[in-house]
Amino acid sequence: MNAFKGFVIKEFRQIYRDKRTLVVLIGMPVIMMILFGFAIRNEIQNAEIAVLDLSKDSMTEELIQRIASNPSFKITAYLQSYSEVEPLFQQGNVKAVLIFDHRFEQNMISYLSADVQMVTDATDPNMARLLQGYASGIIRDFSKDLAPESSVGAAGLTADIRMMYNPELRSVNLFVPGLIAVILMLISALMTSISITREKEMGNMEILLVSPLKPYQIIIGKVIPYLVLSLINVCTILILAIFIFEVPFEGSYVLFFAESILFILTALSLGVFISAVANNQQTAMMVSLAGLLLPTVLLSGFIFPVSSMPYPLQIFSHIIPAKWFLIIVRSIMLKGGGISILWFQTTILVGITLLFMGLSMKKFNVRLQ
Amino acid sequence: MRTIKFILQKEFLQIFRNKAMLPILFVMPVVQLLVLSFAATYELKEASFSLIDYDQSSLSRELTAQFQATGYFSLEHETFENKDALKELEEGNVNMIMTIPENFSRNFSQGKAVSVQMLIDAVDGTKAGMIQSYGSAIIQDFNKNHSRDIQLTSQVNSQVAGNPMVQINLVPANWYNPDLDYVTFMVPGILVVLVSMIGLFLSGMNIVREQEIGTIEQLNVTPIKKIHFITGKIVPFWVIGMIDLVIGLLLARYGFHIPFLGSLTLILMVAGLYLIVIQALGLFISTVTGTQQQAMFIAWFIIVVFILMGGLFTPIESMPGWAQDLTLANPVAWFIKVMRMVLLKGAGWQEIQHMVWVLTGMGILFYGVAINRYKKTS
Repeated sequence: MNAFKGFVIKEFRQIYRDKRTLVVLIGMPVIMMILFGFAIRNEIQNAEIAVLDLSKDSMTEELIQRIASNPSFKITAYLQSYSEVEPLFQQGNVKAVLIFDHRFEQNMISYLSADVQMVTDATDPNMARLLQGYASGIIRDFSKDLAPESSVGAAGLTADIRMMYNPELRSVNLFVPGLIAVILMLISALMTSISITREKEMGNMEILLVSPLKPYQIIIGKVIPYLVLSLINVCTILILAIFIFEVPFEGSYVLFFAESILFILTALSLGVFISAVANNQQTAMMVSLAGLLLPTVLLSGFIFPVSSMPYPLQIFSHIIPAKWFLIIVRSIMLKGGGISILWFQTTILVGITLLFMGLSMKKFNVRLQ
Repeated sequence: MRTIKFILQKEFLQIFRNKAMLPILFVMPVVQLLVLSFAATYELKEASFSLIDYDQSSLSRELTAQFQATGYFSLEHETFENKDALKELEEGNVNMIMTIPENFSRNFSQGKAVSVQMLIDAVDGTKAGMIQSYGSAIIQDFNKNHSRDIQLTSQVNSQVAGNPMVQINLVPANWYNPDLDYVTFMVPGILVVLVSMIGLFLSGMNIVREQEIGTIEQLNVTPIKKIHFITGKIVPFWVIGMIDLVIGLLLARYGFHIPFLGSLTLILMVAGLYLIVIQALGLFISTVTGTQQQAMFIAWFIIVVFILMGGLFTPIESMPGWAQDLTLANPVAWFIKVMRMVLLKGAGWQEIQHMVWVLTGMGILFYGVAINRYKKTS
């Protein structure tokens, strides 16, 4: 036991001696939170649009005014002819062009109805769809205002939409759980896998193996410092989320930390597994990069909802630990979900962790060639 | 010249000797392109909802049927108890509760304003946003289908009011991607990410590795020059990166049927330049770090920031102003923009030349600093 204690102390020293990495390890989550807390969002503001008004009457002017004053849009160009649209899109800054043809006013007078064309640069389909949605909303309100109250402006079916648990659809509320997952993967899985392969590559592993330490003690000793670091990071992220970004926290802190430790263990077991398979740091890094980081960002529901993916990928996403962790954390933070709702996801995480621990036990060679 | 040849030979040997790296270098990018392109989508696929229909009329059933008929919504659960529906929502079994009020049918046909309530589980906000916009679109369609019934009443009403009802319609036209296909949009961007990873990680790591193992001192005592050494480290991964890019482009063209409107030569030229920039950045990282672990960690951090701030997943336009300014220093953002413009819109040299100059500037800067910092004497 004494040897083990000494070994753990050695590992801690080895990490904390390297001040530069330590600063990055502790500082990085803070920078990430601040950057992404503010920068990653899906709402669009100040999208640059252009206007081609061939009618130039009081009504189009009023409508253009209305659109210009909406925070979603910024009118940056007034065009004179259709031929100007294409070159504008080619330059890439203008995302949409509103076109009023010259019969706009005439149509309005004779048929009480007129068309506005909205040409979008649909290379980004999501943005095109959003801009159309915003514009049609503005135009609908505009025509409603033209009609007096008593008329049927109000007729028809409307949707009374309420967002439960996250009423303003704040992006931060959604990204915080995802960021926790990404950062924990980064620190727990990547750093452990590299630090163990490093010992192999440098030849220190042999020294450790002939020491009285048991192989599992070596692994545990390697893992503990990163467990501590990860926990520190979970705390910083949580503090930032609650005090700076005012993310609601409905559920229980105890459950949150228990689940976080579980996820850290999952990530650590993945890291140990990778290091058991890989022979040098470069391989370990590329495997954890391709096999862990990208799936954690893309297949977990962090940015893109899992339910939108093709069916085979949805099945594949079941084996991504971050997906389950994300469901758990979002539920705890936003819904106040308890273990009675989350037992299923928790069981899966436990399962994945045990599986990889077992696999790495089997793979871990006590002898080197 | 001979020196360079030998150095290159040595570097290539060193890379290809490591059998574990080969599949990582050439197979992994392909798999990722396939998987990630399909994964990254904002199209709503399947939202389940719970229905509380207090009206139970043919009109309310028609509305429900219309929701289901789009294929985006599936009716999971029907009840008359608010509590039941809320429980389903809380447990995550349904994404939305739709409540149709009493007298819905009567009020609607009389031309009064009616509203259905949609309670959306916004824990997954992206999905909630999609449900919202798809749902409102369906309701608009519903209005349109019944516009004649409403209009008849509206005519009567407006005559009473003495004021005609005006209507302005928005006619959308989507250029370059009329089907609003998300894969088309994502593939060029994901290609950039894959190439960046190869460029940034491997070239930088390579030098740190020599430092860590100590072989760099052996290289330092040989008569090779700084510039030879760095070229030897850069060229192999540049070649590998370009091969990966070409494989990726072939997949994009023939697997995903992405339209290649612009010139391929232009893409390859910019890609060549971009890879040099990214490798220079990797080189710079390797000069400021001492161990592979440090280098990888910093490289990871940088790539995560670059990707998430690169306009790949969330549009740069929706970031606040200062964050948009920060992306100007992000080579990934520039190259993603170039790829999209050239491949999807057919932009030519005219449109992209200023971005090429920016990339060139970055390359020169990174190299300058990296070469300056790399010293042959330790």
